Amino acid sequence: MAALIFILKEASPLRSAVIMLGGFTIMASAIYVAVNVLISGDPSQFVYLEHTHISDTIAVCGEVFLMLLVCFLSIKYKKYYAIIFSLAGTIPVLWMDLTGRAVEGNAHVRIDTFAAVMYLIVGVVGILICIYASGYMKDYHHHHTDVQDRSNYFIALMFVFLGAMFGLISSDSLSWIYFFWEITSVCSFLMIGYTRTQEAVNNSFRALWMNLLGGCGFAAGLMICNLGLGISNLSQVTEGGNELVIVPVTLFAFAALTKSAQFPFSRWLLGAMVAPTPSSALLHSATMVKIGVYMLIRLSPIMYGTLTGVMITVIGGFTFFTASLLAITVSDGKKVLAYSTISNLGLITACAGTGTPEGVWAAVMLVLFHAVSKSLLFQTVGDIENCMHSRDIEDMHGLIIKLPRLAFIMIIGICGMFLAPFGMLVSKWAALKSFVDSGSVWLVLFLVFGSGSTLFYWAKWLGKICTVIHQSFELEDITPRSEMVSIFPLTSLIIIMCFAFPWMSGNMIQPILDEAFHTNIPDVIGGSDVIIMMIMVAMVFMIPIGSRFLSIGKKSKMTMSYVAGVNAGDDRHYIDSFGKERALYMSNWYMRDFFGEDKLLSPCVWVAAVLVAVMLIVVVGGAI
Amino acid sequence: MEINFIIKAVLYLVLAPLLGGLLSGTDRLFAARMQGRQGPPIIQPFYDVNKLLHKQTTVVNSIQVLFVTGYLIMTVFTGCLFFGGGDMLLVFFALSMSEVLMVMAAFSTNGPYSIMGAQRELLQMMCYEPMTLLVAIGFYYAQGSFMVSDLVKAETPAIIQLPGFFIGFVFILIIKLRKSPFDLSTSHHMHQEMVKGLTTDLSGNNLAFVEIAEWYDTILMMGIVGMFFITANPISRIWALIAVIVVFFIETLIDNIFPRVKYITMLKVTWAVILVFAGTNLLILNVLK
Repeated sequence: MAALIFILKEASPLRSAVIMLGGFTIMASAIYVAVNVLISGDPSQFVYLEHTHISDTIAVCGEVFLMLLVCFLSIKYKKYYAIIFSLAGTIPVLWMDLTGRAVEGNAHVRIDTFAAVMYLIVGVVGILICIYASGYMKDYHHHHTDVQDRSNYFIALMFVFLGAMFGLISSDSLSWIYFFWEITSVCSFLMIGYTRTQEAVNNSFRALWMNLLGGCGFAAGLMICNLGLGISNLSQVTEGGNELVIVPVTLFAFAALTKSAQFPFSRWLLGAMVAPTPSSALLHSATMVKIGVYMLIRLSPIMYGTLTGVMITVIGGFTFFTASLLAITVSDGKKVLAYSTISNLGLITACAGTGTPEGVWAAVMLVLFHAVSKSLLFQTVGDIENCMHSRDIEDMHGLIIKLPRLAFIMIIGICGMFLAPFGMLVSKWAALKSFVDSGSVWLVLFLVFGSGSTLFYWAKWLGKICTVIHQSFELEDITPRSEMVSIFPLTSLIIIMCFAFPWMSGNMIQPILDEAFHTNIPDVIGGSDVIIMMIMVAMVFMIPIGSRFLSIGKKSKMTMSYVAGVNAGDDRHYIDSFGKERALYMSNWYMRDFFGEDKLLSPCVWVAAVLVAVMLIVVVGGAI
Repeated sequence: MEINFIIKAVLYLVLAPLLGGLLSGTDRLFAARMQGRQGPPIIQPFYDVNKLLHKQTTVVNSIQVLFVTGYLIMTVFTGCLFFGGGDMLLVFFALSMSEVLMVMAAFSTNGPYSIMGAQRELLQMMCYEPMTLLVAIGFYYAQGSFMVSDLVKAETPAIIQLPGFFIGFVFILIIKLRKSPFDLSTSHHMHQEMVKGLTTDLSGNNLAFVEIAEWYDTILMMGIVGMFFITANPISRIWALIAVIVVFFIETLIDNIFPRVKYITMLKVTWAVILVFAGTNLLILNVLK
């Protein structure tokens, strides 16, 4: 974590090298720690730090600093509402800390298997994103000369952000978690507002107020824990025992909903897509939003069978279904990815809300696979945008001819998101099982209908890429090497994870379940299924080779596709009955008339807002 | 168990195209008689495919061949998994994988009719995907297992607990077997507004592969229909057979009665039917459980 201060003041030419070095160091240490934790038999380690006075002071100062920063920027851009949320979240906590009312004497740091798994995600995926950003920002400023080059600042922010993520994952003390929570909120706010255009400023403030609202919820939960229940640690919260503990749990879950951009708070994530680079977008999509679901998964056992759990699952399921419908209607590549992120996070939220072992299993698996596939997809979309100056899916028509390398990587990424032998689907399968077992019928319905629409929007994108156009030429692939350094490992990770998932289930997810539920849990997916899955994975890679052999010795006549007129030779024009050449273009279906953003988005937000309000009022009000 | 699995899978591998072809021939005969025509001989589909296999293949691009082959292989695999006694959910996941490969074959050609067909096929998948998954879940609710090999040893036929699921499934079979009113993407009839839709740019060998894959698919679907009736009692197999024949006849009848509908009508109607019948059934099951 100390390494990030290092990078803060680097000059441009040296920068990439330093990022690489620093990045790989962090990654290596993250992997080292994670592997150590995974190998050691007794993974749950609580550390009580004796001399926390200094770090506590730093945390307090940090919170004050963040608050002042938010206030300053809010006044500068005349968005005064953000100040209220910031003050409301920070001052009571400060008062509690400074007057010594906080509960002392518990462990500050916890490193267990779940933390180790999260280390791997943040360490590997997050750092690869930073490395990618170093190359990307150069191209970005090449194209967008009107934006002032502050990429040093941007990359420094990314590392601060990752540092906060590491901190959050390792902390067990609630006030520490709160501190890191606020850092990530403010960092993301600063990153979204990077270009300082009006749109960016507006979107960044939207992200800020939503996340700060969640922060207020968190702060309230923290206060109740400390003052009312005498609890200062997350692990004590999840142990339960006290009936009133459900109140802070609900508040934390509320905070998690804002962070992981569930309806009604999804619009900040969509707004984050205007951010300068995919790197900010994909940091949001692939790593930051994972904090929200991380909290939910931590809280999952205690939510079992409670109203909070039911409401969280319903909100998650609802988000999964509606976001996937919305994803059908947009053609901007990044926006599709954003909606699909929201949708998948909804699924994870729903799984965590069930509070069953299978639910948690599925949730962790989804987190893992989603992080890898989604960051890969964002990176390729970013590269395609740099090469073709567009990230619209319609413009990716015939990508397999134009940019074969990127297209191939993208196909793997998309397949990883929805097709059979790949990881996401396995997790979806487990999710389905857990919903059925916990008897949540509505969720089953949300999930099956949501899978239908998910399939539709991914497959039509895949189709656009796979289209082969005659007389079309390869474009220059200007993806810099530093980006490839990030893309190739991610691609291979997706493929490796396909084969490694039984191992991952046994060695990474199983211990998490043991820790969370304190019982031994039988395998979620049985042995024979695993074998069949493996056969399927093998087949997917065999088909190309097999059909190569089949076509040997066969003479096939090449022809042009049928256009009910004379094909002019390039598949994009035909000669009509008057002998004129006419252009021809097949667009994808978006069905905007039926579930377009303008029709569906605001009703969804309202429905979800009512759900959230009901949850808060009933649970919190009921306890009082 | 392993040996058993392999024997059943191989049996399916060999018998399914024969039965599937015959079913397809019967379908044409039924349809012809309903329209007061003589109709082709029952083994006409085999003549057709044989002819296709001996024709020179014209392809639009080489990727197309890859996808079509993949489609055939995955469909056969799916069927083997089902008849071998595998996991129902996995069967349906593999099935959607194979369908996606077929759609990609059409997409890759860049022909307007093919792409139109592909988009419609995707929409059809979106329509029936919820129901196929629900069928697997329904069986799980009724008998507590996703494994086909366990499901056939049931005490009581699943139809007693899952009538709504059965209706929903028969309904989406109209889409799956490409019957009017839902034969949007490609049709068995010649009166089609967009040439041959999904398969417009396929010919010779490749078209034959698609035909054969559809035979395999038909048998798989009929197998799932039969699953609703099968119990540990051997006599139940006769009931299952009768059910399959009746369902197949009904599908042909529907095909001949209704004209093709618009895609949005299809989406609304199928989702409504699924929600009303299968959804209600699921709710009741959950309450009773």
